This record gives sequence, C-alpha cells and structure tokens, in this order.
Amino acid sequence: MPLIKANGLVDDLWTHVKDEEQLPPDGAVIVTLARWQANRDQLLARPTPLGVRLRSDQAPSAIAGDIERFDVIALEFPKFTDGRAYSSARLLRERHGFRGELRAVGSVLRDQLAFMRRCGFDSFQIPDSADAAAWAGSLRGISVVYQPATDARTTAIAARHKPAPRREVEDDEEPAPKVVAAAVEVSYEPSQVCAGYWAY
Amino acid sequence: MYRYDNYDQTLVNERVAQFRDQVNRRLAGELSDDEFKPLRLMNGLYLQLHAYMLRVAIPYGTLSSKQLRKLAHIGRRYDKGYGHFTTRQNIQYNWIKLEETADILAELAEVEMHAIQTSGNCIRNITADHFAGVAADEIEDPRIYSEIIRQWSTFHPEFSFLPRKFKVAVTGSPHDRAAVKVHDIGLRMIRNEAGEAGFEVLVGGGQGRTPVIAKSIRPFLPKRHLLSYLEAILRVYNQLGRRDNLYKARVKILVDAVGAAQFTQMVEEEWQHIRDGYLDLPAVEIERIRAYFAPPPYKRFDGAPAEYETQLRRDFLFARWVRTNVAAHKRPGYAIVTLSLKPTGGVPGDATDTQMDAVADLADRYSFGEIRVTHEQNLVLADVEQAVLFELWRKLEALNLAEPNVGLAGDIIACPGLDYCALANARSIPVAQQISKHFGDLTRLLDIGELKIKISGCINACGHHHVGHIGILGVDKHGQEFYQITLGGSADENASIGDIVGPAFGTEQVVGAVETIIDTYLNLRQGGERFLDAYRRVGLKPFKEKLYAAH
Repeated sequence: MPLIKANGLVDDLWTHVKDEEQLPPDGAVIVTLARWQANRDQLLARPTPLGVRLRSDQAPSAIAGDIERFDVIALEFPKFTDGRAYSSARLLRERHGFRGELRAVGSVLRDQLAFMRRCGFDSFQIPDSADAAAWAGSLRGISVVYQPATDARTTAIAARHKPAPRREVEDDEEPAPKVVAAAVEVSYEPSQVCAGYWAY
Repeated sequence: MYRYDNYDQTLVNERVAQFRDQVNRRLAGELSDDEFKPLRLMNGLYLQLHAYMLRVAIPYGTLSSKQLRKLAHIGRRYDKGYGHFTTRQNIQYNWIKLEETADILAELAEVEMHAIQTSGNCIRNITADHFAGVAADEIEDPRIYSEIIRQWSTFHPEFSFLPRKFKVAVTGSPHDRAAVKVHDIGLRMIRNEAGEAGFEVLVGGGQGRTPVIAKSIRPFLPKRHLLSYLEAILRVYNQLGRRDNLYKARVKILVDAVGAAQFTQMVEEEWQHIRDGYLDLPAVEIERIRAYFAPPPYKRFDGAPAEYETQLRRDFLFARWVRTNVAAHKRPGYAIVTLSLKPTGGVPGDATDTQMDAVADLADRYSFGEIRVTHEQNLVLADVEQAVLFELWRKLEALNLAEPNVGLAGDIIACPGLDYCALANARSIPVAQQISKHFGDLTRLLDIGELKIKISGCINACGHHHVGHIGILGVDKHGQEFYQITLGGSADENASIGDIVGPAFGTEQVVGAVETIIDTYLNLRQGGERFLDAYRRVGLKPFKEKLYAAH
C-alpha cells in the first residue's frame, strides 16, 4: 500500500511482519507488540531499524519504557470509526516523548488525515487506488484550530490574545498613554503553545 | 449574544467549501454511498425514510432575529415551508436535496451558523438553560462556558471518532432547566465556600435503552480548569468506552462497569498529567466571551406597571396565558415569555417559515432581537417589558403561538417518530396530537396543573420519555404499534427515571390510559400537589390498579 507524508508519496522501506511469518534476516521491519514482547532481545540484536505496530486496543503504556528503541510506531485503525489511535498517538508524542515516525495504518480515510496529523501522525498508509497528491492535500485541513494538540499549532484563543508587537517610539512622538488592562488575571502564556510544545 | 470573529468565520467558511467538495465527489461517483456516509454524518445530514434530513446546530439554543429569519428562509427555499425544533435545541429540516446541502450551509455561514457535529460519534451541540441570563437564581450565564466548550469541541482531532455520540449540558442555576443529569456530561455552576464560582461535574447520565442519572465525579472544578478536565474525561472515555456493541458504547455504560469511584480516579489521574498546562482557560478569553452575553440595555422600572395589572384583571384569557406562558424575570418590569409550539392537535416543535419570520420581527420589537429555543421544543422571548405583554399576546394569538399550555399536559415533547425517522418503531406525532386534542379544554389543563408528557417512537428516547412525568414509548410488536407507559420521571435537579406501569397499550388505548392516569391523580392528590409529587408519595400501585383493572 502506498505511503504518504506531508509532501506527498514516499517510498516505504519497511516490511510489516505478521506473527505467523518468519522474520527476514535483515532490513527494516515493523513487528507486532506480541512479537516485540516475546523476542525482545533477538529484535534488539538486529543491526537494522525496528518498528512496532499497536492494535487499537493496545495501550501505548505497553511500550512506554522502550520508546527510544523504535524508529517507527504504526498505529492501527481497524475501522475508521475506531478512534482510539488518536489518543494513543497523542500519548506517545506528548507523554512518552516519541520522536520517530508515527504511522497510521488500516482503515485510513482521506477526510480523517487532518485530524490524524494534528494528533502527531506523520505518515499515512493509503489505499492503492488513492490519488496521493490529493490525499496529501487533505492533510492541511481547516486553517483555524480551536484546541491545542500535538501539532502545537497556534489556537484561536492564543492568536486572539497574542500581545501586540512592540513599536519603537520616535523621539518627537508623545509616548502613548499606558493602557491598563481591565482587572483580569492573565493566566496564559500564548508563546508556550506557539513555540512548539513538543518539538520533535 | 456571541458574534463570530475572523477565526470563527474562517473556520465555518472553510468547512462549507470542504463539505461542498465532499458532496461533489459523491455526486460525481468518486465516493460510494458507504464512503460518503461518514462524511455526511459529520455534518448532520441523515438519510431518512423519505428524504435527507439536515440538522442545524443552534448552540445553547440562542438565536438572533437575523438567524431565525435565515432559518425561515431555508425552510421556504429548500424545504416544505417549515422546520422542526428538537429536544437538543437544534432545528431539523426533513425534505432536503443532497445537491442543495452545500448551498444551505453557505447560507447558514452568512449568519454565523453551521451543522458541524450535529451527528456522528463526536461531541454534539452544547445545550444550556433556556432562561440563561434572565433567571433570578443564576450564578453565572451558562452560555459563556457553553460557547467556550463549543469552540474547544469543534473539530477536536482526538475526539471526533468516539465510541458513541457525546452530549454536554450546562446550567448556571440551582434549578435545572437544562436536564444536565441525563447528559453524558452535566455541568452545574456552584459556588464553593470561598464564594468562587465553578462547576460541579456530573458524568454518565443518559436516556436511550439504558436510562441513567449522571454521577457527580467532582464537587467543585475551578473555571480555569474546565477544558483540561473535560479533555481528561473524554480521553478516558475514548480509550476505554466499549466499541463492540453500539448499545453499550455510551459513557454511562463505562461509568457503570468500572464504578463511579474508579472512573473518577481514572479521570483525576489523567487530569494530573494535563492540568495547569496549555488547556488552562485564560481569564481574558472568559471575559472576551462574557462581554457578548452582557445584559441588554434594560430600562429601570420600580415594578409592574399599573396598566399591566389592569389588563390582568380585565382580561381572563390574557391572565390565563400569563399564568402559564410568562415567567418571572430577574429585572423588575420585565418578563420571560414562552411561545408555545404546541397548538392543540399540532405537531410539537414544528414552526412554519411565516411563524419564524414573525417571531424574528417580534424579537426585534419586544426582546432585543434575541430568541431562545428550549429543549422542551418551544421558543422564548427572554426580555419583554411587562407593559407590552398584552400587545405581544394579541400578536402571538394571531400567529397561533399563544396556546396557554406551557408546562401543562398539552405541552408535549415528541420525537419525529415513524412519520420521518428511519430508526423509529412507532409513530409519535399522531399520539401527541391525540393526547393534545383530548386535553384541549384549557380549564381542565389548568386544573390538572404541571404535567410533563414525553413521547418517543423508539428506545433511543429522543422524546425523553424516561424523564416524563408520564412517559410514552412506542414499540413494535409483530408489526403493530404499541405504547409502553412510564410514570414519575423527571429531568430537573431532582431527576428520576420513570417506572414502567405494565404491559404496553395499543394505539387506540393510549389516550384512554393517559386519561385514567390523570383521573387517578386527580382523585388522590392532596391540596395543590403536583402530579409528580403525588406520584412520589403514593407510588405506582394505585395507577397500575386502575390501568389494568379491566383485564
């Protein structure tokens, strides 16, 4: 199945290895959680890159201690209506600090790509028949976001309350009277959100 | 009321373009019906028995006159000249053409409206007290927080494919008119010991085939934590809610399965990770939105004007309407007026384009241009001077919007039922019409007093039958319509689920059964006791005996 990233179609250098299949002698492989748990030492001894694949009912906490061992984590969408992997993706990125490739596999619909990307996915397995360029275009989604997510885009709230840029005062200009804001406590630092909270 | 800024408007405009592209892909055959289904269901477009139905969001039930005129226009231009106001404070159009849906959305966007998340397994329209801002016992206007939640939940990337739909209701008053205890999340504004306003958080209420009263999982949540706490609840639900069985997928089932204490612990644990972070609600944003709900420029009055008192004494019909359809306002000299969408023998919640246009004009003239939609399927003009009530009443009479039955047996909630809905087992509307006609005698209605009759055409309970004082549920038995009756339900702060009286009644027997129930009540009530209070005192037995005496 084709794989896309933000810029469009990319080569997929990874082999998904099912539990009943033999592990190929070399090359980058993505194994199931079960195989990882059963053959951990053998897998770590391989010189080639390693990925793991989680079913939607397998919580990210199962690999929390081994995050840095994986170059790819693939999260399965068994049906497009099963939205558990959105939470898994955010937890892997935001709580467990995963910085590798986070791949959406399974029932991936074009009109869900933008949501997936906001939750931290950065590669997407798409159907053979899909128009890769059109699908990659759908990753952008709607330009305004209301809620912070893994992508650290500036939310509408942050943009609304961003301090106005500072302006140099000319010598002959009266300084503008200092405006005292209404007695509201500002308990929010927009720059935190803007500055890529989880740069990865 | 809230007005879109550039961010809100851009989002809605881009959504229209996105949906137009999706419809075009469907019409061009690039998308199959199956592939299109999840897309239209993200946007309130259902395929019903006879045509597409479009559900338009009315956030927390508040409309400007301009918006209501647009809803009238859509009814006239794209439907058969009417719309149906729902128990979730939304409006539905039942005769929509797929080809025209994007145009309808574009028209809605012109008046800052949309159909986003009015269906699908996502966070639905946020509902609130229809007397928000004008109730004397209110702590804060719940619409401020409803709007904040509306924005946070709109296109939430993590929570758009939940196990099942998710409904949130907010009340700012101790007296609950928003039925928060039968929502997935209910938020009740309260003050803590220090006098600070915040929320009691209730989770896991709901109706459907498993009616449950929500459990309180946090006695007091400071306002700035509102969004992080909601995010924690939704994240726990999204990960652990059941996905193997459609009927066991709501959060109430999860809360029941793990127990309220354990659920609370899971939420609190998740919350510890995300509180005090980027979801902290900035006070400047609360104040920005609060400013939109500032009180309108009221005039100062010392009390009710003399001519109003005279009109009440002189005109019995006017006085009767005031008694049922006018509620006390927090400001002296003002009143809250409910426009009944329940004419005797009519379809509950339906309004014609002419009526909607006329109500918009009345709102401009008498109520600062604002209209509310209630979850009991009526409309409200919330800020009317008492001095003009008589004049307004005459105009409402002419529009058939002054049926003096609000809160009485004629003020029936009913879902669309088998007349429209693909899920229904039985018709609801004709039953409502029969009961309404049967109890058309207004003097008798007043004598019976407060009585909430609620009718659903199937177990999904869109007609809220579980929380009706008298609830009626349509069921299908071997291809025939039967109606199961429950008694003693309530959706207010003392919420309860109705008790089933016994075997279901045939279509021809329903009105008689309701009559028997009411007669039984009239015979056993003490003093001015309401039906619900009498039922709670005596229980099911006397009603059951009378109902099944002949069998």
